Amino acid sequence: MNSCFIISQFFLIENILIIFAANYKYMPRNKRLRKIVAPPRFSGYKPYGCRPQSSIPVELFFEEYEALKLADYKMLNHEQAAILMDISRATFARIYENARRKIALALVETREIVTSTGSSYTEKKWKLCNNCHARFNKSGNNTLSACPLCSSENTVHINF
Amino acid sequence: MITIISAQENNTSSLMDSRFGRAKWFCIFNDENNSTSFVENPHFEAQGGAGVKTSEMIIELGAKKVISGHYGPKAKELLDKFNIEQVEMHEEKSIDEIIKNL
Repeated sequence: MNSCFIISQFFLIENILIIFAANYKYMPRNKRLRKIVAPPRFSGYKPYGCRPQSSIPVELFFEEYEALKLADYKMLNHEQAAILMDISRATFARIYENARRKIALALVETREIVTSTGSSYTEKKWKLCNNCHARFNKSGNNTLSACPLCSSENTVHINF
Repeated sequence: MITIISAQENNTSSLMDSRFGRAKWFCIFNDENNSTSFVENPHFEAQGGAGVKTSEMIIELGAKKVISGHYGPKAKELLDKFNIEQVEMHEEKSIDEIIKNL
């Protein structure tokens, strides 16, 4: 009798779960925006010295370019790079892998590379104070180079 | 000029809150007469859009500079639009220490 009651209770809960799952709309969550320091200084690459085989260009996102730059040009490890881009390490690894695959695809199939924003955002006009490690931006007419917290002149541009 | 610092409590010896939209208190510092006052953030437990709502509040207060730990992309966009300087600080400092250096 008791076990029967438990089983019936279980089915009740399961029914509720099924109804809940059916009501839930299967829509993916928005992608978290990836922070990039600056967009690439080119809008694409074209192969030359070959007969173009495919006219479909490979679309390289800004965040993929940034991942490639941080990992292979600046020689950061994935954990440090992920913190800079404000994403998790696993997400960084995925973006980096995508970037490598896209570039390999473009090289092997002699395709063009075009860049696009993807899901990234840029931080503009940010500076870093070497004295107190605060980051700040200068707004509008304020063009002083001193840190607003410790008024030290030892500041550098994060964007280049 | 009015500077706004996110705070964990409503006194000047409390630490700065590292989150902007979900900070519980804001310290309003006026450098013309060196006065500080505190205002509670009504959006600190908001379900969503806390950054935007808080930015709107700060724009209404007439601030020119905000000091906090981290700003979300939407809050940044809004503060940029109204020419408000943002300062990101990653060290644990009390409001007193920050005001002393301003």
